[in-house]
Amino acid sequence: MDFIQTLKIALRALRTNKMRSFLTMLGIIIGIAAVIAMMAVGSGASYVISQQIASIGSNIILVIPGSTTSGGLRTGTGGAQTLSSDDAKAIMTDCPSVAYAAGNVRTSGQIISGNMNWSSVIMGGTPELFEIREWPVVSGRPINQQDEDGAIKVCLLGQTVAENLFGSADPVGNIIRIKKIPFTVIGVLERKGQSPQGQDQDDAVFVPLRTAQRNLVRSQRTGIVGSIIVKAKNEEVINKAESEIQALLNQRHRITNSKEPDFSTRNLSEILAVAEQSAKAMSLLLGAVASISLIVGGIGIMNIMLVSVTERTREIGIRMAIGAKTNDILLQFMTEAVLLTMLGGLIGIALGAGGATIVSRFLGWPTMISIQSITIAFFFSAVVGIFFGFYPARKAAGLNPIDALRYE
Amino acid sequence: MSSVISLTDIRRVFSMGDQQFEALKGVSFDITAGEFVAIMGASGSGKSTSMNILGCLDRPTSGRYLLDGLDVGGMPANQLAEIRNKKLGFVFQGFNLLARTPAVENVELPLVYAGFHAKERRQQALIVMEQVGLAGKENNHPSQLSGGQQQRVAIARALVNHPAVILADEPTGNLDSSTSEEIMNLFSSLNRQGITIIMVTHEHDVAAYAGRQITFKDGRIISDSLTGPARQNGQTA
Repeated sequence: MDFIQTLKIALRALRTNKMRSFLTMLGIIIGIAAVIAMMAVGSGASYVISQQIASIGSNIILVIPGSTTSGGLRTGTGGAQTLSSDDAKAIMTDCPSVAYAAGNVRTSGQIISGNMNWSSVIMGGTPELFEIREWPVVSGRPINQQDEDGAIKVCLLGQTVAENLFGSADPVGNIIRIKKIPFTVIGVLERKGQSPQGQDQDDAVFVPLRTAQRNLVRSQRTGIVGSIIVKAKNEEVINKAESEIQALLNQRHRITNSKEPDFSTRNLSEILAVAEQSAKAMSLLLGAVASISLIVGGIGIMNIMLVSVTERTREIGIRMAIGAKTNDILLQFMTEAVLLTMLGGLIGIALGAGGATIVSRFLGWPTMISIQSITIAFFFSAVVGIFFGFYPARKAAGLNPIDALRYE
Repeated sequence: MSSVISLTDIRRVFSMGDQQFEALKGVSFDITAGEFVAIMGASGSGKSTSMNILGCLDRPTSGRYLLDGLDVGGMPANQLAEIRNKKLGFVFQGFNLLARTPAVENVELPLVYAGFHAKERRQQALIVMEQVGLAGKENNHPSQLSGGQQQRVAIARALVNHPAVILADEPTGNLDSSTSEEIMNLFSSLNRQGITIIMVTHEHDVAAYAGRQITFKDGRIISDSLTGPARQNGQTA
């Protein structure tokens, strides 16, 4: 018997009992829709996290100063001015697992261009900073070593700053004043988006580190940096790089066992990897819960198929008397079951995708529907049909034609 | 003259628990191509059991059954299904048509399992439907047809695969007398065209249409007689 004919027979059987077919499908519809929606929410969350990781740059270690006590008042972590540009240079040259290290300082202030002004974060950083953060310019040129060595008054604008000061015009070549000091705009940085903490990373102006140290920040000594951002050579050596940095700085700062370190290191990627892991675990958990409803739906299909086989015993008898082989009957009922689950799967995918879109629109959750999850869901629904349809179909195919014909 | 059916010492034993019941106690007969045979007998005489064996729906416990030269007695289920599909046509008392399926598709059904293409199936089905007087009823569902018409659909379905033998199990049992007559006349005319028909009945006037009557009692044949050519119209009880 050809496949089209089998399909036609199955469709007719399903049409005969429309309401029953729909109710049977409902289990699968709900199951698949739940799986799709849950996976969308889950993978949306982990996508956002991985985007944020990418926006910081990969394999990043942050070195920040420890706290200090002055006049009985202790500052918080990072309050001490213990890290210097030389520390950054030493990390880069002496730690074999480190690719780049960049000292940077951070302040904020008013930025003026013509009759426009804008308050923003001002970052001083060596050229390596942009390598580490994987942050290219979209127009103009990046800060180079000559700018750094000569403490030249040039700056790069983040997208948000550029828009607020220059609108859609190209700022490159213009003079702006940062804390009343004139700087030449040499470039505009690519859009970076939100940081993992939700800050707008594009709302910043970047100047060479030495320029910032001389003109924009006040410090007790020259060459002080607010923090050092380090990029390890690759993912495998990131922990090794961290301990190399600690050893080097302990030595440079003459830290011994009796003395608290005046700095600390943070492995950013690790923190975010944990967050990503938990988001993934979450989506897996949601998927697992949702697939339980798929199994329940499958059992519903099996139940109805068994009823259907009993109801249609006579039809099976007629088909057998006329020449249907065991496999023809088996295939017919399997086709019916798989058709039910696949139709249910398709409706479920549509509903799940719709539900995910509604969730992201009205609750503001990021959702992502991947082709992969749709394919898996569709496949899974077919597998449910095959699995739960087999037993009833085998029961039908195993009927004795004489008994089946006599069945009332 | 070649036998289309040849039964030799057919026995059929049913066991229920430790009880054994011998429904057929050594039955032998031959049927020649083109015959119209009525199998008669009271219920429990073994006529239904022998019909099931003849129809390849059941297998004999022992004995030899040659159908169209093939030894079908020991064939596995799937091969029997193919024999039923290619060599036999069934007409039942209760019509046994698929509900909610147009008449023409009911007629096509054996060809579906024989693997014919849709176009060829339809062509063949329309030919036999015209032959049994159902032209114009192709798309009616069984529920829209009278009992006589439904039985004609069943006869068309039995004819469509050009079987060696048509097996009819009480074909008039669910019909009134005038419709019975129509159906029996249809069988007679098909027989005159050379089609071999074996019919189970317990009504003598129906059996009288056949050219040969085999009577069963207690699992044995008690009489096998030629009754002359099939009768024509007008001889109802």
